[in-house]
Amino acid sequence: MMRIGHPKDFWSGMLFVGIGAFALIYGTKYTIGTAARMGPGYFPRILGILMVVIGLILTFRSLRSKGTPVPGWKWRPTLLVIGSVVLFGAVVKDLGMAISTVLLIVIASAASHEFRVKESIIAGVALAVLAVGVFVVGLSLQLPIWPGQG
Amino acid sequence: MDLLQHLSIGFGVALTPINLMYALIGCLLGTLIGVLPGIGPVATIAMLLPTTYALQPVSALIMLAGIYYGAQYGGSTTAILVNMPGETSSVVTCLDGYQMARKGQAGQALATAALGSFFAGTIATIFVAAFSPPLSALALKFGPAEYFSLMVLGLIGSVVLAHGSLLKAIAMIILGLLMGIVGTDVNSGVARFDFGIPELSDGIGIVGVAMGLFGFAEIIINLESTEKRELVAKKVSGLMLSWAQVKKAAPAVLRGTGIGSVLGLLPGGGAMLSSFAAYAVEKKLSKTPEEFGRGAIQGVAGPESANNAGAQTSFIPLLTLGIPENAVMAMMVGAMTIHNIQPGPQVISSNPQLFWGLIASMWVGNAMLVVLNLPMIGIWIRLLTVPYRLLYPAILLFCSIGVYTVNNTSFDVMQTAIFGFVGVLFVKLEMEPAPLLLGFVLGPMMEENLRRALLLSRGDPFVFAQRPISAGLLIAAILLVLLIALPNVKKKREEAFTEET
Repeated sequence: MMRIGHPKDFWSGMLFVGIGAFALIYGTKYTIGTAARMGPGYFPRILGILMVVIGLILTFRSLRSKGTPVPGWKWRPTLLVIGSVVLFGAVVKDLGMAISTVLLIVIASAASHEFRVKESIIAGVALAVLAVGVFVVGLSLQLPIWPGQG
Repeated sequence: MDLLQHLSIGFGVALTPINLMYALIGCLLGTLIGVLPGIGPVATIAMLLPTTYALQPVSALIMLAGIYYGAQYGGSTTAILVNMPGETSSVVTCLDGYQMARKGQAGQALATAALGSFFAGTIATIFVAAFSPPLSALALKFGPAEYFSLMVLGLIGSVVLAHGSLLKAIAMIILGLLMGIVGTDVNSGVARFDFGIPELSDGIGIVGVAMGLFGFAEIIINLESTEKRELVAKKVSGLMLSWAQVKKAAPAVLRGTGIGSVLGLLPGGGAMLSSFAAYAVEKKLSKTPEEFGRGAIQGVAGPESANNAGAQTSFIPLLTLGIPENAVMAMMVGAMTIHNIQPGPQVISSNPQLFWGLIASMWVGNAMLVVLNLPMIGIWIRLLTVPYRLLYPAILLFCSIGVYTVNNTSFDVMQTAIFGFVGVLFVKLEMEPAPLLLGFVLGPMMEENLRRALLLSRGDPFVFAQRPISAGLLIAAILLVLLIALPNVKKKREEAFTEET
């Protein structure tokens, strides 16, 4: 197996090639037009080509150059942080701010290595009161507080 | 005199009770996020953008600007007391500020940072007021070709001065430009790259992009490490500087102000670059360089003055040319667009109240910050004792509420979450998100100017080389790239960015 000299550059290069190629292929459905009368597909095509070219250079260069390996990915913080936000977005309309806030805080808190269940529930309730006070009462934003108000 | 007349218009706007209040809110929030590691000005501005819809545009901009320079003050507090940069621009302040604190001089270090910043902020305000009118007058003569070339130079310049791989940074700009294309094309009405999702026909929201890439990603990366913070001084006493300290610090403040004011003007410049440069200069000029890293007061005075001056003069390219030079300024473009103000040279004449009001508010804000930071230092120290495990969920919550209320759709929240994930991937692969944000904001403008320039030239691409100003700007951009590619400069540049960190 061949060893890649600069793994971070290799993978970012591949990512750029992929995105550029996608833009080029997906962009074929837009009219290109001419330089004087550009269609909606003209500028994206230029960018797509540039992206693929730079991505290829990066990838090839990474084979020989030297760099540190891609650091490991601890999945727990990513999953819980992103998950808590996604859940909040999904349920806030139906469950209201109060419950959604507590859910977000408890799940997000679990991402820390210093997680304490009781503490996070207390923090969740306190922040729910604060958030309702500031955003719903104070700034009068259109947010439901309890389930069934959305 | 014009300058005085302009400033009096500005202070007339900045000193109204409502604008004073928003300046205060901005400065308070800026100090707060500056003190707290783990959330920076970009994510904070993204978080607050939705709440500015209902405000007067000038009040909104005053508040958001306050967040940026307020963060420079707050960041130094954390650097000095915890040896952790609250903001990237206070990285170098850790070196000597923390050592001063360990020697029992925390109060003097904080006072030096705050007073130096205030002096720098005052000078920089005058600098902005004096240089903006001639620059915007010049920029008004620009046609689409010149504008396009100027944007190319601005974007290239911003990555040349940033750290990391140049090629990668350019690719990030292009990725940003591509993301900026998503949405309805103004000329043909075609919805591009919307994948049939109706929410995307308005384009990708800047709030979600910035919050995800700069806010969420940072939180996740912080959570991956288990490092502990240590506060050196629980109580700070003795803010007064001795005469000997003043004599050492004053010239450093002057030099720092000069360096920051100039570097703030450059693309990619702003607070961070200025502080690095000022530290290097102080160390070079010092007769006792061995004191640096062991609590030299110049090592606090220089960079702290420079980062504040740089934070302020980085508004010049935005206000006069409409070109943001760093990620925070990109957010300001977003804020102006929300309020239907097209950033560019016309702002100064079409919106003089807004323009001069914003500039005057910078000085007002700086004065507020000295008060906020010196007598009230105890409160900020107490904040530092709040553990991170309680802080970050609250930050996430406010971000989520903020992004949800932009359009009251969960789509925006999901989009932000996706960018958060992408942001972590970027960190792992050392891909800088700042150039992406710049490209993202400039994308639509760049396409429009390219289109217009080529329409006028009937499709002849040499129009960019035939018009002298445009050609000059493009040549400058090419020279910059070539210069960086030279093996010697390349090595020096890498050294400069690794030396102090």
